[in-house]
Parts: sequence; structure tokens; C-alpha cells
Amino acid sequence: MTKKTTTEQPTALNRRSLLKGAAGITGLAAGSGAITGFPYVMSQEPKVLRYLGTAVNEGDEISKKCFADTGIKIEYITATTDDVTKRVITQPNSFDVLDTEYFSLKKLVPSGNILPLNAKKIKEFDNITPVFTKGELPNGKKIGGQGTAPWKVLYLEGEGSKTFSATPTEFITLIPTVYNADTLGIRPDLIKRPITSWAELLNPDFKGKASILNIPSIGIMDAAMVVEATGQYKYADKGNMTKAEIDLTMKILTEAKKSGQFRAFWKDFNESVNLMASGETVIQSMWSPAVTKVRSMGIPCVFQPLKEGYRSWASGFCVSKGVSGKKLEHAYEFVNWFLSGWAGAYLNRQGYYSAVLSTAKANMSADEWGYWMEGKAAMSDIKAPDGTVLEKAGAKRDGGSYDDRMGNVACWNAVMDENDYMVRKWNEFIAA
Amino acid sequence: MQQVASSRAALVAWLQAGPMMLVFALFFLLPLVLVIIVSLWDYNEYQMIPALSGRGYTDTFEGCLANLPELCTIFKTYLKTLKLCFLVWALTLLIGFTIAYFLAFHIRSTTWQILLSLLCTIPFWTSNVIRMIAWIPLLGRGGLVNSGLLHAGVIDKPIEWLLFSEFAVVLALVHLFTFFMVVPIFNSMIRIDKRLIEAAYDAGATGWQTLWNVIIPLAKPGIVIGSIFVITIVMGDFITIGVMGGQQIAAAGKIIEVRLNALQFPAAAANAVILLAITFLIIAMLSKLVDLRKEL
Repeated sequence: MTKKTTTEQPTALNRRSLLKGAAGITGLAAGSGAITGFPYVMSQEPKVLRYLGTAVNEGDEISKKCFADTGIKIEYITATTDDVTKRVITQPNSFDVLDTEYFSLKKLVPSGNILPLNAKKIKEFDNITPVFTKGELPNGKKIGGQGTAPWKVLYLEGEGSKTFSATPTEFITLIPTVYNADTLGIRPDLIKRPITSWAELLNPDFKGKASILNIPSIGIMDAAMVVEATGQYKYADKGNMTKAEIDLTMKILTEAKKSGQFRAFWKDFNESVNLMASGETVIQSMWSPAVTKVRSMGIPCVFQPLKEGYRSWASGFCVSKGVSGKKLEHAYEFVNWFLSGWAGAYLNRQGYYSAVLSTAKANMSADEWGYWMEGKAAMSDIKAPDGTVLEKAGAKRDGGSYDDRMGNVACWNAVMDENDYMVRKWNEFIAA
Repeated sequence: MQQVASSRAALVAWLQAGPMMLVFALFFLLPLVLVIIVSLWDYNEYQMIPALSGRGYTDTFEGCLANLPELCTIFKTYLKTLKLCFLVWALTLLIGFTIAYFLAFHIRSTTWQILLSLLCTIPFWTSNVIRMIAWIPLLGRGGLVNSGLLHAGVIDKPIEWLLFSEFAVVLALVHLFTFFMVVPIFNSMIRIDKRLIEAAYDAGATGWQTLWNVIIPLAKPGIVIGSIFVITIVMGDFITIGVMGGQQIAAAGKIIEVRLNALQFPAAAANAVILLAITFLIIAMLSKLVDLRKEL
């Protein structure tokens, strides 16, 4: 992949050519190198960014389009959520731009290995959805803030500060890119009755046919949604439990495990798709694109809205502490490009939400916008970014509009204060 | 004169062993020492704190006395790991020995012997994720085995324990690691002087007596080497156990992984040291059975 992008020639040489002379020369050099087959001597440092993140935002299409528009070559370093965090802590010089989730900031910011970006240099910053900045929908409705909600960890007190600021500052921990509201995926053809509550995840009706995500901090929150739904306990904050609350939640999970409720726990996107598609599970925590994937195989699968609400997550960009000077300018140029609409539309078409809605809207058709964002019935077939048909005309998105889905968020992925204790309890749960 | 010669011989011997020693020291001993040091450090949410602390160990054995007679997490986990280890060892030994016996004594041509032993490597051709996905159509609820048995009328509802169970874990591990038994046992068997077997027959021994009194004692080094391979791999495995056990079966390696993912490196290191100590104990007991150095 890396090789492919080096030999590609930017198509936008004429645009802003004065500013980007440097990129143009490099691009031409790269182009001629490919034609003659001789190695070339670089006249100027190429614009390369090493991009560390999970697979969510790392489309080949995005890096190609970015190179065509800006001349910045993106080198993806793909890892699982846990490994991204580990890498930032142990090898902060192995990447330039970091794409990670807000909940990991409680670990990353105190380590001092990442640098905040300056809001003043982000062109679309004022257009970023208030979900991130104020914890409310564009129409003013407040969103549930349990767990590590992005607005709690969005601002830092100063440039080199390790303290989160409760009031807006210009030092932004992560410039928001993508987020979504997660819920349970179900197989309506095998369940054959309406599912309306998180309580169903541990309902003995689905003994041996349920699954949860095998990431302790997320798995325990799904369990907490069930505990609240069944009325057994009401948490002050599901994303920040006390030791007693962790004990209670793990006890309920352990009982379910011992009685054989779970078929398997999944960690990998493809695992979740296969469990569901094969019918090994009929109800499980899931990600939106995984549901779409199962459906595109011709198997009925619903990303079921539930009355207790969604568990949400969000991610964004920052840079490594080793990034400065030219590299930092490139990073800002890349982040600005990312928010300028094309990438946002690309993500919206996968069922995620983009941080700047206005620019994404400008890059989508009215029908696409209506289906993905407004909960309207599709007027023509809805296609994935790669052109495969996802939904036939007339279909509506599970959970409806952006306001309906994001407005019903109950909690956010989190790292608890009692994380160490929780991890030990999780090992106990697996051994039980 | 003689003294000079012997000290020169010693120097040459040291020089010859030098490169291996250096590699061994740099890439094995040094990291191991680091792991032991880190296991004695303290930690917080995002970093290791280089201050002496037994927290990694005390946390690991949390509740081991308080919860008696119920077993604590770490004992439960090791019991499960040892059980899986024993089952896999017994099965790979039985199957591996049989295959090696067949290859060594029934196949006459060396070409066929090599070709057939290469066949044993097929399980290594696929990745773990693919393997997990591939077992679903075979062992899953609607898989080949279940639908076959349903159609034949042997069962009236699908067997659940075929997949994501201890059975599945043992099956997958045996499928993978029998090869590690076959090679060393085959290697020992091929070196057995065929005249010894003929002599046994001539002396009136039955087939079983020959196997028990001649072949097994002479194949012992191979058996022990194969056992060391299989036991060390299975003791530390968490990927296959995770994938085939549906992530619901505890493993010593799994505890280390969960700790690492939570950035609790000293706790992970402490668990690694414990795992290493237990594996060493098992191997020490095995080496008591056979003096490998003398046999090789």
C-alpha cells in the first residue's frame, strides 16, 4: 500500500499550486520515478504522516483521496484499541498523528506522550457538533453524560498541561472525527419477537446464544445496562463504578456465564460478524458496520434500538509529543482536510457519524443524507462507499435519525477510577 | 608446553561458544532479568513506577487464603491450564507416537517418510482468526457434524459443546501440536538399531513386549523432548484457548494479556514470572526421567 501511494501523482497540482509547490515537485519526482523505473533524489522532504489508529477510520480510499487533495502521504499503523494505547505509552516516537478514543485520554494525557492541537488552527472547529463541545444535540437537547463523555476530557488547561479543563480552552486533547451510538445486534428471524430492552441480553430465553464484547471496560458497561434495565440496581455513573458496584455487576455477569448464557465473547470485528451470521448467537453487543456486513450477506440482522438508550463512543486526532515544526503543520493540514467533508461523508455512509455535519452533508446526496441522518426512507438503493448495495429503496435506518440515536445515549465508553480493581475482577470472572 | 596447549584449547572452545553465549545473554537472559525486575515495581494507570513493591504478586494471589476453602482466581486458572495441558500432552503423545512409529517402521523409503511428515505441518498453514472462523461451519450449532448427526437420527437437537468449549480447545491444540511430538519421537526411533527388534522377536517377545521393553525405552529422549515442546507451548497459550473457548476459559497467558492491555506491566510481569517458575518445575521433573544430555 505504501508503495502504491508513492508512485501516485497528485491530481490537484493546479489547485493552490503556489502554496504547495513543494508537494508538487515531490509528486512529479515520484511520478517520473515510477515511469522510468529509476530511483529519484528527493528535492524536498516529502509530506508523510505516520497515522496510528484502529481500523475504523483507516480506509485506503481516505488515504488516496487525502494524497490527491493535499499531497500528504498517510502511512497507516493499524492496531486494536488496547494496542494503540499501549503503543502511545511505550513508543511515543513511532507515530505522528494519533487517532484514538476519548476514554483512553485518562491514561494518555497524564503520560505526557501526546500533544493537544490548537482550536484556532482548526478551520471548522466552530462547526463541530455540540455533542462534543457542550454535550447536547444541535437542537439543544442534553445527552447522557455517564462514563468518559468527550466534553469532560476535550479541553486542557494549557499547552503542556496534564489537567482537563471543565470550561472551554483553545487546547484540544482530541479534535473530534467520528462517533456512534452502539446497542445490541439481534437476529429477528431467529428471535421472532420484539426486543425492546437491554434486559434481554441476559434473558434465559437466549441461553447459549448471547455474546458480549471481550474488552473489560466495555463489557462491564453492557452488563450495567442490563442490571439497570432489570431494575436490580441504579448506578450513579455506569462508567465510574465503586468497588461495591463492580462486585455487584460482576456477580450478575458471573452467574450468567456459569449458567451458560454466553456462547462466546468476541474481540474482533470479523468474529462478531461470523457469530451472528452463523446463528451461533442471536443477540450480542455489536458495532454498526458489523450489522451492515451481516445484512449485506443476505442475513437479517437489526441494530436494535432499546428503551434504556445507547452506549456511545467517540474518537479524534492529536499528535505525538515528538511532532513539531513542518510535521506539525502537515498534521494540521491533514486534520483540516479530514474535517472538510469528503472523509465525513465517507464515514457517514458506513453508519458512523462525522464530527462536522455541515461539510459532510455537502458531500452527500439528499437521499443519502435523508437515509443515514434524518431517519427517512431511502428513495433509491443505498450504497456503501465501495458501491455494494446496502439497503434497497424504501428501507429506513435502525434507530432512526441522528437526533433519535445520539439523543438517546445513556453512557459513554469509559476508564473507571477503579480500573485496576475492575481488571482483577474481570480475570476472576473469566476463571469462574 | 602442555599447559599452553590446554589453555589454548580452552580459549578456542570459549571462542566457539562465544557467539551463542552472547546471543543467549542478550536476547534471553537480559530480557528475563528485566521482566523479573519490573515484576517487583509499582504502577499506576499509565506508567511503571521504579519503586520496590510486591503488589504485582500480592494482587495475583488476592483472596487465596481469605476465600478458603474456595479456590482463588490464580489457583483456579492454573488448575484449568494444567488440566488442558495434561489432556493435550496425553493425546499428542498417543497420536504422535503412533504416527512416528508408522513413519519409522512401516514406511521403507526416506522420500515418503519426509513427504508424510511434511503433511503433519498442514495445520500451521492458516492463521488463528481464519481457523476459528473455519471451525464454525464444522463444529457449530448448524455445522457439518451437527447436521450430519441430526440427519442420521443420532441426536434430536444440536450438540452445543462441540464448539467454544474445553473439547474444542483440546481438539484445536492437539490438531496443532501433534507435529511437535512426531518429529523428535520419529528422530529417536529412526536411530534404533533394527537388529535389536529382530533379536527381541527371536527371543520370543510378542509385539507389545517389544514395544514396551525395547522401542519405548529407546524412544524416551524423543518423547521427553516432544513433551517439553508441547507442555511449554500449551502452558503459555492464550490465543487458541481464547479463540476455541469463546474467550470464556481461563488461561495463565490470558491473565497476562488482560493485565498488559490495562497497561499494568508490573502485574503482567509478575504473572509471567509465576508462569515461568511453574513451567520450569514441570520440565525439571521431566528431565529427572531422562538424562537428555547423556542420551543425545
